[in-house]
Amino acid sequence: MTAATIFGTPESLTDRVTHYCPGCTHGIIHRLVAESLDELGLRETTVGIAPVGCAVLAYHYFACDFQEAPHGRAPALATGAKRARPDLTVFTYQGDGDLASIGTAELIHAANRGEKFTIIFVNNAIYGMTGGQMAPTTMPGQVTSTSPAGRDVDQVGYPLRVAELIATLRTPSYVERVSVHTPHHIINAKRAVRQAFEYQKAGRCFSLVEVLSTCPTNWGLTPLESLKWVEETMLPYYPLGLKKSPDDEV
Amino acid sequence: MAKKLMKGNEAIGEAAVQAGCRHYFAYPITPQTEVAEYLVRRMPEVDGVFLQAESEVAASNMLFGASAAGVRTFTSSSSPGISLMAESISYIAGAQLPVVYVNIMRGGPGLGGILPAQSDYFQATKGGGHGDYHLLVLAPSTVQEAVDHVILAFELAEKYRNPVMVLGDGMIGQMMEPVQFPAEAVTEPPDRPWATVGMKNRPQNLIRSLFLNADELEANNLELRAKYDLMERDEVRFEFYHADEEMDVMVVAYGTMARIAKTAIDALRADGVKVGLVRPISLYPFPKRAVREAAGRAKAVLVVELSTGQMVEDVEWAAPEGVPIHFFGKVGGNIPPPEDISEEISKVLGGKATPRGLYGRVEEAS
Amino acid sequence: MPKVLIEPDRCKGCELCNAACPQQILAMSKEINTKGYFYAQVTDPTRCIGCRLCAISCPDVAIAVRTHAVRYNLFEY
Repeated sequence: MTAATIFGTPESLTDRVTHYCPGCTHGIIHRLVAESLDELGLRETTVGIAPVGCAVLAYHYFACDFQEAPHGRAPALATGAKRARPDLTVFTYQGDGDLASIGTAELIHAANRGEKFTIIFVNNAIYGMTGGQMAPTTMPGQVTSTSPAGRDVDQVGYPLRVAELIATLRTPSYVERVSVHTPHHIINAKRAVRQAFEYQKAGRCFSLVEVLSTCPTNWGLTPLESLKWVEETMLPYYPLGLKKSPDDEV
Repeated sequence: MAKKLMKGNEAIGEAAVQAGCRHYFAYPITPQTEVAEYLVRRMPEVDGVFLQAESEVAASNMLFGASAAGVRTFTSSSSPGISLMAESISYIAGAQLPVVYVNIMRGGPGLGGILPAQSDYFQATKGGGHGDYHLLVLAPSTVQEAVDHVILAFELAEKYRNPVMVLGDGMIGQMMEPVQFPAEAVTEPPDRPWATVGMKNRPQNLIRSLFLNADELEANNLELRAKYDLMERDEVRFEFYHADEEMDVMVVAYGTMARIAKTAIDALRADGVKVGLVRPISLYPFPKRAVREAAGRAKAVLVVELSTGQMVEDVEWAAPEGVPIHFFGKVGGNIPPPEDISEEISKVLGGKATPRGLYGRVEEAS
Repeated sequence: MPKVLIEPDRCKGCELCNAACPQQILAMSKEINTKGYFYAQVTDPTRCIGCRLCAISCPDVAIAVRTHAVRYNLFEY
């Protein structure tokens, strides 16, 4: 009897090694999306929209058609693509600088219109690609290259909780926050990512999954310490769980 | 098809539908909002998509997504809105996407006014966004020509995989004139093998403008430049109005200013004055050779614009050495009647007008 | 018996898999891979229970898991 592969590379991922830093959990999140596309048979009819940020090069790692958006505008490109081709599966993959800072208007209005695409929002509480600046999701007191004395909430306010923000909109949607800092959490995150694509496949509603992620390089922590930092610092402020379901009463 | 009396903005909307466009994303802004008000009713009749975006920034980026997904798409806006779209226009040019923009200009800068102007010439022809790119720019002077240019714009956008802008002023949008549409509307979807419509039995289609590797970005820039060289060779459009004869004064004007200038020219020619008009129709590519050739037959050139002088710089550049270049501009939304232009021409004829010097008017005034 | 297959040159030495393995049978190599990282290795294949948590935790899809025997589905993935 030949050995069965019980865990391998999803078809929706190319075999290219990513440019992400060692221990950066972008790689895990990419895989969860790819596994979902495979399992739902969507790869050949999917268009991904890349952000500006570390994940701009996502199109090298996904084996599906891709568009690359100006910083923060991915939800607008996705709106155009989905309205042009409702039969295609459309998803944006965005970091917190891209989505929660410059792209806030595009995010809120795409969600409020109930656009039937999926947003994978990676929240690592910092600007990664540009070298570790403060983001709208940077934690209080968190040191970054533009908050050298730590985020001062009196000066720049508190971190933005995107999932809760979008959950307040009346238009039906699926919004969940998950994390990938332990195997248990990764398995749960996979469920949520797949659920988002299932809602899209059924043409049901707008879907957004916020995934807490790590940035060892710019946090100045080892990969394992970064996982701990997510658990101890981010989790209390960014509670995990389902924030909005399309079945909720409008 | 019989002629129909239509408002410019509505005719522009219908022209897009006749050109086979089924996806319109826009944001309200005077003086062109009637395009949206027309298409919100019209698009459903042709199974098209109408979507009002949350901003011009979003609207133009929706065009990116839709065009890259293989459909003809366009937006219409006005000056401040086009400024907001500048970033995505640069991306759309960089990613080589066919998209059509209609700019019905209003007074600027800033919030400016809502009356007609031609003060976005630089923005349209010299690039309102970043990087080496060009919009192909067409300037209609009548509502009929606006219809023709919108239809032509979709063809040229597809031909060059480049954004194309139809640049009218407030009057073009607000006037009602009889228009005729082509006998046959375009219904065939465009052929775009490069579109992101699902990676099935083929390599990935990727629509992007990021090229981190210098050689790759250089290659992309040179590929765009090659297209612009082709446009400068094959897409120059202009009209000579008595400009193929000897002229005492050659007027250069585009859009509605050219129409008003023609009325002034007709009156003067009736009095035996030798005056003609060169009307650029493509603002990019600018008709340099036509202006140079015609200016060779003129004793003086008078450029007329609804601005403080923008196209005049291209005329100065194109005109041969020794021909004095005069400028007459009206701004703020004030539209000069033909008599104002005739008076200006007479001043030039009588040597009472001061040509634009190398250092502009301020130095000569002192 | 389940078998964990690690591609040394995909590994970036982040050690997330080490922490994830319930059997604690993963450790970093002494040699470096082509990119200069110490890469993950299985220290005692006989104690592998085929739970896949190492592969699930890997950000670089450097780990595949194979098995002959029937295995218990400890979780839905």
